[in-house]
Amino acid sequence: MKIVVALVLLVILTLLFHWLSPWWMTPIASNWDTIDTTIDVTLYITGFVFVAVNLFMAWAIFRYRHNPSRRSHYEPENRKLETWLTVITTVGVAAMLAPGLIVWADFVNVPEDADEVEVVGAQWQWSYRFPGADGVLGEVDARYVGPDNPFGMSSSDPAGDDDILVSSNELHLPIDRPVKLLLRSKDVLHNFAVPQFRVKMDLVPGMVTYAWLTPTVTGKYDILCMELCGIAHYTMRGYVVVDQQSDFDSWLARQPTWSEMRAIPPGDPVAGKASYATCAACHGQQGEGNVAMNAPSLAVLPPWYITRQIEHFKHGIRGASEADEFGRQMAPMANMLPDETAIRNVNAYIATLEPEEPAATLSGDPQRGAAFYNTCGACHGARAQGNYALQAPPLAGQDDWYVKRQLENFRLGVRGAHTNDTYGHQMVLMARSLQNEQSINDLLAYLNTL
Amino acid sequence: MQNVAIADQPDHLHDPQTFVTKYIYSQDHKVIAIQYGLTAVFVGLVALVLSGLMRLQLGFPDTFDFIDPGAYLQFVTMHGMIMVIYLLTALLLGGFGNYMIPLMIGARDMVFPFMNMLSFWAYLLSVIVLLASFFVPGGPTGAGWTLYPPQAILDGTPGYDWGIILMLASLAIFIIAFTMGGLNYVTTVLQARTHGMTLMRMPLTIWGIFTATVLGLLAFPALLVSAIMMMLDKTLGTSFFMPALVSLGENLDYSGGSPVLFQHLFWFFGHPEVYIVALPAFGMVSDVLATHARKNIFGYRMMVWAIVGIGGLSFFVWAHHMYVSGMDPAFGFFFATTTLIIAVPTAIKVYNWILTLYRGNIHLTVPMLFAIGFIFTFTHGGLTGLFLGNVTIDLPLSDTYFVVAHFHMVMGVSPIMVLFAAIYHWYPLITGRMFNERLGKLHFWFTFLGTYAIYLPMHYIGFLGVPRRYFAMGSTDFIPESAQSLNASITVSALIVGLSQLIFLYNVFWSMRHGKPAGHNPWGATTLEWQTPDVPPRHGNWGPELPQVYRWAYDYSVPGAEQDFIPQNHPVSASEQTSGEHEERNS
Repeated sequence: MKIVVALVLLVILTLLFHWLSPWWMTPIASNWDTIDTTIDVTLYITGFVFVAVNLFMAWAIFRYRHNPSRRSHYEPENRKLETWLTVITTVGVAAMLAPGLIVWADFVNVPEDADEVEVVGAQWQWSYRFPGADGVLGEVDARYVGPDNPFGMSSSDPAGDDDILVSSNELHLPIDRPVKLLLRSKDVLHNFAVPQFRVKMDLVPGMVTYAWLTPTVTGKYDILCMELCGIAHYTMRGYVVVDQQSDFDSWLARQPTWSEMRAIPPGDPVAGKASYATCAACHGQQGEGNVAMNAPSLAVLPPWYITRQIEHFKHGIRGASEADEFGRQMAPMANMLPDETAIRNVNAYIATLEPEEPAATLSGDPQRGAAFYNTCGACHGARAQGNYALQAPPLAGQDDWYVKRQLENFRLGVRGAHTNDTYGHQMVLMARSLQNEQSINDLLAYLNTL
Repeated sequence: MQNVAIADQPDHLHDPQTFVTKYIYSQDHKVIAIQYGLTAVFVGLVALVLSGLMRLQLGFPDTFDFIDPGAYLQFVTMHGMIMVIYLLTALLLGGFGNYMIPLMIGARDMVFPFMNMLSFWAYLLSVIVLLASFFVPGGPTGAGWTLYPPQAILDGTPGYDWGIILMLASLAIFIIAFTMGGLNYVTTVLQARTHGMTLMRMPLTIWGIFTATVLGLLAFPALLVSAIMMMLDKTLGTSFFMPALVSLGENLDYSGGSPVLFQHLFWFFGHPEVYIVALPAFGMVSDVLATHARKNIFGYRMMVWAIVGIGGLSFFVWAHHMYVSGMDPAFGFFFATTTLIIAVPTAIKVYNWILTLYRGNIHLTVPMLFAIGFIFTFTHGGLTGLFLGNVTIDLPLSDTYFVVAHFHMVMGVSPIMVLFAAIYHWYPLITGRMFNERLGKLHFWFTFLGTYAIYLPMHYIGFLGVPRRYFAMGSTDFIPESAQSLNASITVSALIVGLSQLIFLYNVFWSMRHGKPAGHNPWGATTLEWQTPDVPPRHGNWGPELPQVYRWAYDYSVPGAEQDFIPQNHPVSASEQTSGEHEERNS
């Protein structure tokens, strides 16, 4: 009879768990409360069936438990009962299906006045494109994608010139405006999901898919990739910020258009050399780094990475944490480069410096490290040469003590925890797969062999 | 109707004598069934260990050095693929299908015994190729069990080189093995039934296995062609599933292919696959319930038509796995409707199982406990299917742990409850000995309560919005910290359930030597497999004469009969007081 008690208890505990547990859907921030209503309808109907079926079963087991003096009832069929059960079930199923289909019709038919924004997925980051003044997104093709053209814009389509390109994981949307998300992938399948919005849709290379919604609550929400897209799938996060219209407009105005992006002049190494004098005090005349000053090698770093880090230091995204002693030293230094031109110039000078092979300061087991590096190599490259497309800096040729400190900082959230450090956030998640100092040393021992 | 000439092949009566002819080069369906079964259980244990490793990472993130993101995805992928294909499909059809079909329909063996043997050896080869991928450079594929291109064959996914090639090769070999076995099962059921065994007198076990096999023969080719096409994309650079794309900053030569095409092919196989697993389980649990409740299965004809109907409908619901795949969303209307329609015959089956218990005389034996456990878990899993099948609700829940919890309840835990019920039920027939009842009950309680402790909370992790296939969640604003305690408790439950399977293994092997002799028909069952002259049945099953069938498979507690069961091969006697309907199926 234990089974009867167990069945009744399980039913009761299931209901209690449902009612009392704090774990439920996150508050909604879009127009799709009809989806939540459909869930409620389904929950009530299925909940009733769950309770009824199991309690009836428990009762039947108790009432008709084995009794040697009695025989089972012999009744092969009962057409009337079977017909009734079929009819009632059909009605119940229809009651769940109908609201589902009605809401789906809303989802399939996008309002005509919806704004369009393109969401571009790539391993393992998000970027966005707005149609610009002409309201038309220019033509794109995966074949045009390159370091100077991350969106794959077609040069023959003038409609693309005024497209606004957002090369960051953070998307802004205005409140109370319906928006049609046009979803595009450069490489593999991804899925654009914001739990507060309720809707999600895959991004498929070779085609454009869509979803639509109207944000109804201002705030900053996580974007998660919800279609397995490779080893760093779980780090493919972004943010969507729902703004008041005026805030949105000023944010959008700060983003470059495609023609502005192309018009950026190359940096001037001569002007950059003058600014570099300050940097040289710590990082060395040849950008070779200096362990005594806790300054890493710069000569090995590509300009896009240096630019991003200087911007981060300037804006308190990096080097603001109390625990980041050396990052805090760098923050005021970065402010000595007043604008983007100055950063470009100093980058142009650093690019002329020849990287030196740094001396190994750590020892570990390179074979064990090679196994750990499998994960890192997906972004940083098989030879740790770095990869612009993934915004992953080179690791080979960098000072091992510096890389170690950064891994530890990422692990502890000293670096990469700021919500605007979207690539750093990936490293926070990634660095946690190394559990202790020995593992980090082994990894660096392997990197020193490259 | 029946072709007894095929069923009766007295030439095969001579028993094989040497070890090799008896256990290795054997064409006896019972030996092949056990070969299938042991191989499937072995590879299933590998997959069980993999799930434990996955749970360690999810329950206690940032703790284990040897589980990196790539290894985690490899565990996920191999766990899923092994459990669905190499354990469940192989054990239900290759194992129980092989053992039960000839015995339950009164045949001496499968109609193509040699091909049956080849089927097993091909299956074993597919398992070896699959497991070999653990030892190649890069390890097994980590593309998820759905193997979606492009990422399955591109850098950035674990095992994108050797691993995926071995996986595809192994699947192709498995499908060849399945086809050889499947043609055999279908032909045997249609052509080799003994005298008097009409289709509508067959036990539901046979109906379930038969229908599932037909589904498999129609569905597996879709997987075979997609495996071959992906193999060509990988090795020869064709573009069946590969559009122009930029992989990790590198422009590749592919162009014009469609990743969504693969998903259609995969799920055209993948959805019927759910029923390839479910239908044999439906059939077997019906027989276990009827036998141990001493009552005829309620609504037999409805049950048969529900099995056939579910099987047919299962080919029209595949795209409910693809509501958010980027296919034209208008398909959602069609597939949501077909998917919810399938709930009706499925619900009828649940009602009929419970109505079989109602007014029965229920023996709470170990098989019966597992059968009751199945009704509970299957009802739960079936009801959550109504969420995911309803296209609108799938939007927030798709790709979250709700999906993982749902399909584990419905096609993980439920069929495994039936498998345990079936193993305990037929153990006396297969080994000739009884298992240890106390250990069996202990195993039941750990498995039943433990799995519910795993999967009930997991639905709520899905409601929170936690995505599946994430190595680590990190911290986010929308998921409370307390969700991690839920994950830890799920992991603890999973490890307990995993370890408790050792009780089962111990019981199976211990009882083989030390169990009480079972004797003839210990449960008092009506079906033919219990009516063989020898227990366990010998090669050729029936001795000199095939059985003659006089009645349907469920004459339990017939009023006026001496005993509370009348085997199918007993002629109808005058004292039986039967209803009009009863007459129809008993001659």
